[in-house]
Amino acid sequence: MAIDRRAFIKANAVAVAASVAGVAIPTAASNLITTSEATQIKWDKAACRFCGTGCSVNVGVMDGKVVATHGDIKSPVNKGLNCVKGYFLSKIMYGKDRLTSPMLRMKNGQYDKQGEFTPISWEQAFDIMAEKAKATLKAKGPTAVGMFGSGQWTVQEGYAAAKLYKAGFRSNNIDPNARHCMASAVGGFMRTFGIDEPMGCYDDIEAADAIVLWGSNMAEMHPILWTRVTDRRLSAPHVNVAVLSTYQHRSFDLADNGMIFTPQTDLAILNYIANYIIQTNRVNHDFVNKHTNFRLGNTDIGYGLRPEHPLEKKAKNNNKAGGSTPISFEEYAKFVSKYTAEYVSELSTVPVHKLKELAEMYADPQVKVTSFWTMGFNQHTRGVWANNLIYNIHLLTGKIATSGNSPFSLTGQPSACGTAREVGTFSHRLPADMVVTNPKHRAKAEKIWQLPEGTIPAKPGYHAVLQNRMLKDGKLNFYWVQCNNNMQAAANMNEEGLPGYRHPDNFIVVSDPYPTVTAQAADLVLPTAMWVEKEGVYGNAERRTQAWYQMVQAPEGAKSDMWQVVEFSKRFKVEDVWPEVLLAKKPELRGKTLFDVLYANGTVDQFSLDDIPTDRLNQESRDFGFYIQKGLFEEYATFGRGHAHDLAPYDRYHQERGLRWPVVDGKETLRRFKEGSDPYVKPGTDWDFYGKPDGRAVIFALPYEPAAESPDDEYDLWLSTGRVLEHWHSGSMTQRVPELYKAMPDALVYMHPDDARSRGMRRGDKVKIVSRRGAVETRVETRGRNKPPKGLVFMPWFDASRLVNKVTLDATDPLSKETDFKKCAVKVVKGEA
Amino acid sequence: MKNKFIGFTLLSVLLATITNLQAEGDSLATLRNATAIADQKPTPSIAKTQNSDVKQVRSYPMQPPLIPHTVRNYEINLNSNKCMSCHSRQRIRESQAPMVSVTHFMDREGNFLAEISPRRYFCNQCHVTQSDAKPLVENTFVDMHTLINMPPEQ
Repeated sequence: MAIDRRAFIKANAVAVAASVAGVAIPTAASNLITTSEATQIKWDKAACRFCGTGCSVNVGVMDGKVVATHGDIKSPVNKGLNCVKGYFLSKIMYGKDRLTSPMLRMKNGQYDKQGEFTPISWEQAFDIMAEKAKATLKAKGPTAVGMFGSGQWTVQEGYAAAKLYKAGFRSNNIDPNARHCMASAVGGFMRTFGIDEPMGCYDDIEAADAIVLWGSNMAEMHPILWTRVTDRRLSAPHVNVAVLSTYQHRSFDLADNGMIFTPQTDLAILNYIANYIIQTNRVNHDFVNKHTNFRLGNTDIGYGLRPEHPLEKKAKNNNKAGGSTPISFEEYAKFVSKYTAEYVSELSTVPVHKLKELAEMYADPQVKVTSFWTMGFNQHTRGVWANNLIYNIHLLTGKIATSGNSPFSLTGQPSACGTAREVGTFSHRLPADMVVTNPKHRAKAEKIWQLPEGTIPAKPGYHAVLQNRMLKDGKLNFYWVQCNNNMQAAANMNEEGLPGYRHPDNFIVVSDPYPTVTAQAADLVLPTAMWVEKEGVYGNAERRTQAWYQMVQAPEGAKSDMWQVVEFSKRFKVEDVWPEVLLAKKPELRGKTLFDVLYANGTVDQFSLDDIPTDRLNQESRDFGFYIQKGLFEEYATFGRGHAHDLAPYDRYHQERGLRWPVVDGKETLRRFKEGSDPYVKPGTDWDFYGKPDGRAVIFALPYEPAAESPDDEYDLWLSTGRVLEHWHSGSMTQRVPELYKAMPDALVYMHPDDARSRGMRRGDKVKIVSRRGAVETRVETRGRNKPPKGLVFMPWFDASRLVNKVTLDATDPLSKETDFKKCAVKVVKGEA
Repeated sequence: MKNKFIGFTLLSVLLATITNLQAEGDSLATLRNATAIADQKPTPSIAKTQNSDVKQVRSYPMQPPLIPHTVRNYEINLNSNKCMSCHSRQRIRESQAPMVSVTHFMDREGNFLAEISPRRYFCNQCHVTQSDAKPLVENTFVDMHTLINMPPEQ
């Protein structure tokens, strides 16, 4: 195998000798090419395609192909670094099975739900889509059409799609996969602060004395932020890192205080810390009196299951889950007083001294604390509560919105903040934190969109989990999935997702670069351009908005999500989708297409192709005849400018390595709600939580309540699911990169060696994980990177061939409607059981 | 007769399976070996980590080198970094392992430090081992050297 150095040199001697002797040899035979013309790579910047960290990447292009990628040295986020996924970005577009033609299930030349996928033209694809959408709208109205989008959509794609559905089809049944990811974080922000997204920024890492990870395996899921945390911890030895999780993972490698707790008891630990702060007289009363209110939240709110589920019938407040009443500080102190170290230690299994050490970090006024959390808090049937409870701690101590003091909700996806949250592609939202249920917000959107009053429906549409349920019940019949792989990603596939997609009344369209599991379940598959095959904008977890240009052509036949949405809108006359009463309010729209009304409306089409640098590709703009990405962005930006969501002019984002909104007078904002840092804070207030009418954040009294499903005699283990470093989400891109695939080929079940032994299993054995809903087969890993405690197993969901979501439960947080992917009861059995 | 009946039953089961497979659109399921969603393809053994110590070609100069050996029980934590016991500047004479790249000595601002930067401390964020699993789908990424050496298009 190995060739030694001497043999290697001998074999190469001819070429080297020839060049030393000055003999002219053809270029191809020379062992080194140095002419600048031949070796030049065209470099450009883009936001990374993967997680919510939002690293900037330099992308190298040669002869129309991406040939290299590396971390952007100029980016304040990553300063030249990438994680292993980021370093292999250059290969994600080149899987051999890229889709290049629309594919429709057909039998005898006709669409047939039971037919085989057959290549058709884009014309034919839009024909059948329009036919199905129109028939559905005619038969059942706007509530029977829907769309499932993505926190990986660009801002412009999400905005174009939200407009098509909310204004065009007059349906709020559009929701992003970000619902699975950070809906609880949004709920927490809105409930505590009245405005979405973190007040702090990544710079807080370098200023913190203590960093706490709550339900976040940052080492694998936000690796570049982890490099910053590691840098801080190791270069400033006084810094303390605490990590909390339901199983031991890579982030524990840096932990001074690592804590494994019983699933769901994080709620009790959070309340214990608040109690500790009060009991040790470390409440920052000056801050609390000036800037907070106390409220008691409704309890017993159910588990977001189907209404007929026994748990929902039993729950008292599942119809008013968000309700709360004002209380005093004393009442709050009494409420948390039962969460003593001893009680919480017994509940959580975390030793008392570890709990005290954690609480003391938060309580000590000299210690600047930054808290991070991700899916452990958000994918939680009490996810909004968990978010509220962590803010309580930071508010009680006034450790918020100042350098190093930062409760920071990390996002999973590259534009979960930018597209899903800021654009408002949720079933209840509009851009800039507005909601469809508020008549003033609808009126504002209708004004900016130049639409008649009453266009946008007031009732929230179906959220992600409800979409699958409504598909199964045959109430949602025309359904378009873009930029995600929800058949693989959504919980309880056997009972909801798969029967929903395959319901004979439903027509399912899936846009994707690759044939995913979701595409496999579809009726029509649309080949889609990805990442730097199009121009776009992403918004990361620290409010940083970043733009990139199209750098290479998509494979022949593949089109971007935005092109698909906008082109499809040409198939509808306003009369096809709006009632006469609405049209009568704006008769000049009669006879126009949705394309004319929504996109060629004088604002989206206001920028000419001359605004695009001539050396840039921009397929979509050149197709539509105007600079559509800029037009969509600028129209969208009018929602937030002057309303604490200010974005800079579009062109500036092409020059910058991103800017953190609000961008006021050309300057980005590092920390919100703090005077001197945030231009929206009223002078003289010091702190101003202006999302709330009285400028005060809310400290919520909320209890520990048990999980929806806990282990019992038969299903005797907790199952937690999650991601891995080497793969992005469902693996549709990274499983096609050979190096990443070979680094982490299959999803294994991570198990405590004693749990394996007591079941007669050894590492490598073939086992089935079985729940009340389904089973998945895999192999046992007892010595891998994840080390669960006894009683819990972990299996990642990236593996398209081992679908762990056949097993999971679709219980959700009744407030945020986000699924709890971290807790359900399973048994693990050997072999083919 | 009985045999015929069994044969017929088997055939219809087979046909039903094929129809079901087609209905699931499995021709698309490239990562799943054309397995229907309700089914699961056979579960191969845990892949073995390559341990040849033979360096692999990098796809481009900036690619972090792949680890050509197993790293089982290699600890990288607050107390120690096992990788650096061979790959640090001071140890490579004894180990004959490649020294970590000079970039690893740079802090966030690009200044060279006397020891590797703590931001690069966890080697496993960029460097991964390779198993013997065979990729499920070919990747058509083209090496920049292939492009340099290609004759210009006429």
